[in-house]
Amino acid sequence: MAENIDLVETAESTKTYLGFWIYIMTDCILFASLFAVYAVLHNNTNGGHSGQTLFSMPYALAETLILLTSSFTSGLTILAARRNNSKKVMLWMAITFFLGGLFLFLEVKEFNHLIQTGNSWRVSGFLSSYFTLVGTHGLHISIGLIWMAILVFFIFRNGLSKKTIKGLTLFNLFWHFLDVIWIFIFSVVYLMGHVGL
Amino acid sequence: MIYFAGILGLLNVSAFKHDIIQNVGVAVMGLSAIFAILIITYMKKWKWLFTEWLTSLDPKKIGLMYIFVAVLMLLKAGTDAGMMRLQQSISVGNNQGFLSSSHYQQIFSAHGTTMIFFAAMGLMFGLINIGVPLLIGARDVAFPFLNSVSFWLFVAGMILLNTSLAVGEFSGAGWLAYPPLSELQFSPSVGVDYWIWSLQIAGIGSLLSGINFIVTILKNRAKGMNLMKMPMFVWSVFGSMTLVVLAFPILTVTITLLYLDRFLGMHFFTAGGGGNPMMYVNLIWAWGHPEVYILILPAFGIFSEIVATFSKKRLFGYTSMVWAIWAIVLLSFTVWLHHFFTMGSGSDVNGFFGIMTMVIAIPTGVKIFNWIFTMYRGRINFSSPMIYFMGFILLFSIGGVAGVLLAVPPVDFQLNNSLFLVAHFHSMIVSGVLFGYFAGITYWFPKIFGFTLKDIIGKYAAYFWIIGFIFAFVPLYILGIMGATRRMNHYSNDLGFQPLFIVAGLGVGIIGLGLFMQVLQIFVSIIKRKQLQDKTGDPWNGRTLEWSIKSPAPEYNYAILPEVKYRDQFWEDKQIRYKMTKKQFKNFNVPKNSYLGLVIAFLAFCVGFAAIWHILLLFIFGIVGILIAIIYRSLDENTLKMITFDDLTQEDKLRLKGSN
Repeated sequence: MAENIDLVETAESTKTYLGFWIYIMTDCILFASLFAVYAVLHNNTNGGHSGQTLFSMPYALAETLILLTSSFTSGLTILAARRNNSKKVMLWMAITFFLGGLFLFLEVKEFNHLIQTGNSWRVSGFLSSYFTLVGTHGLHISIGLIWMAILVFFIFRNGLSKKTIKGLTLFNLFWHFLDVIWIFIFSVVYLMGHVGL
Repeated sequence: MIYFAGILGLLNVSAFKHDIIQNVGVAVMGLSAIFAILIITYMKKWKWLFTEWLTSLDPKKIGLMYIFVAVLMLLKAGTDAGMMRLQQSISVGNNQGFLSSSHYQQIFSAHGTTMIFFAAMGLMFGLINIGVPLLIGARDVAFPFLNSVSFWLFVAGMILLNTSLAVGEFSGAGWLAYPPLSELQFSPSVGVDYWIWSLQIAGIGSLLSGINFIVTILKNRAKGMNLMKMPMFVWSVFGSMTLVVLAFPILTVTITLLYLDRFLGMHFFTAGGGGNPMMYVNLIWAWGHPEVYILILPAFGIFSEIVATFSKKRLFGYTSMVWAIWAIVLLSFTVWLHHFFTMGSGSDVNGFFGIMTMVIAIPTGVKIFNWIFTMYRGRINFSSPMIYFMGFILLFSIGGVAGVLLAVPPVDFQLNNSLFLVAHFHSMIVSGVLFGYFAGITYWFPKIFGFTLKDIIGKYAAYFWIIGFIFAFVPLYILGIMGATRRMNHYSNDLGFQPLFIVAGLGVGIIGLGLFMQVLQIFVSIIKRKQLQDKTGDPWNGRTLEWSIKSPAPEYNYAILPEVKYRDQFWEDKQIRYKMTKKQFKNFNVPKNSYLGLVIAFLAFCVGFAAIWHILLLFIFGIVGILIAIIYRSLDENTLKMITFDDLTQEDKLRLKGSN
């Protein structure tokens, strides 16, 4: 095993971490606003279907488990990076990328299914807010996937350096954050929708 | 519903056809742009402009560019104000005035949007960029490149807003574009989309700046400057930027949802289809009310610096000032409903928000008293910043009392949507925010340019502004009580409004004289810069760190980073005939110029323009371009340049030699 990489934070990197944390908080408020909008509109079905009939719990649960697993494997990249094992980092990144991509695929499939069966965002305030809330999360996941691809390219080219480890850490913050948001989406949109609250 | 239509989207020839007054506006703007380009080309200054200014990451230069753009916007939106006042002075009875009602709608919408987002926010970020790094004894902000991106996004939003004058039309739905009026059904033109996207782009810039300055204040302070030793301006910026970070995401969401309604046919705020227009009003004010405090807090901070400096006393009640700022930050999120008491939330809800609105006046009152006590028994120097300050204390207090009156829901039911309200918030924004920023510009001008502004002309300007303000807005208070509603382009003769409207129009003329004096002041000062030169670097007998270095401040601000023991460190240093302690000069890095901020903003402009006109290819080009630009920047390892002893200015070399 190669020697451990020095993870001591420099003054510059603490600034980046603090800045990124504040960015995540702003994103949190962005999602909070979308949740509030969803809460206000979720009963306004305008004569269309409600969440109770539209959402499939096993499907949503599968999506949830996939995303949670991707968060776990993404955490493992940091452990591998601490041991300076760039091959393992890339392996775990690849798995995370695959799981994230699978999640996104399932989400797009669900959206497509809803639209095909005549439940597009134009039907009601409820569906508008549903598509926007879940879609914004999906957009963040897409950005995460692009970010992952770039990080893997960097690590492949330059190996593990201070810069790539910083990127990896920031990416992990972002990815775990999206996980937390998804748990709220799962609870508020799917679980509560299933129960009919 | 048309998502995307052809290579040019919805854009066609009719977008370029306007009425005469608008054509004159377009011609004036176009000709001034061409004139500016010709002058720069003739003087062969393009390279200088590009390397020294447009690509610069120096926060002082970025700050100046902010102020330059903001002043242009102030003049533009001021012209809008003049047109509205002229229209209201003459459009009585059979006389329809000179503006059509649809054009009038666009003018008041553009006036509000431009003044808040591009004049006031621009002046604020300009002064923050100039002030904060200097006052905390730092060489730079935490993320210099991000700072440049923020600035250029602000410019992109500004250009997009003004493009609406020439291509298509602007929103006629007011500065906050309430639905259902702003929905596609009732505003089918591109006007509201222009409003949405210029705010969206500038708003993201503001959000990034908010993050940047919080980190700057928390991480870049001079050694020894703990939080309770920070100058009050820095505290106020900290509070204001906290509000930016908390409130601007709500704006981003709200106007995105409005755009989704208009573009994808969603039903967030539509009157039918399960939408809820009242939700928009709640969301926009959950951002909009904090926004008012975002603007006013830095102005409070500037006044705190100025009143202490020009009274030759330390600021009275420092700790209570800090607590007042944070009380305002907290309370500003608990009052938003007072903007729509009449919407029907019930008396309990209205009662709560009415009381909270009265409560928020308390910390503001604490600050007013602290400033007055700072002046008490001081040796007051009545320079022009101090004149602005006195005008502020008087007019802001009157406006504040009017605000407390409006906070009483039954009174608000009477005065809601009237000119009384318009007079109230102009008291806050003009005599609070603008006077603060004018004072701040006068105060820090010598630190940036190396010479002071001619004070006597500045005093005239300040008096014209104060007297003009009284003439322009006191009639509006009276008109409001008489029942004149806002946004009215025509009224009946027997209402008896006309004399007061004429007085208000005269007031705008006097304010115009104030603006003229300010422009004159700058020209005269440039001509007489030799006499006005600031040789000591400390023209006001200042108290804070920025006055300890020479004027104009060099790119790197401090050759050796200062250390702080006291709140007014530089003042204390002067009292004990401070001698430079021996410190070894060490090389340090400053960021290299970067043109990528410009590129990203140009691409953001493309995205906005494409979204307004539904042009698919341009939209994709913009998004992909921004991604590539960000990746390209993150690849760049070589973003810093080193400053060695040889690069220092002559003064700094002498100082360092003297101390070594």
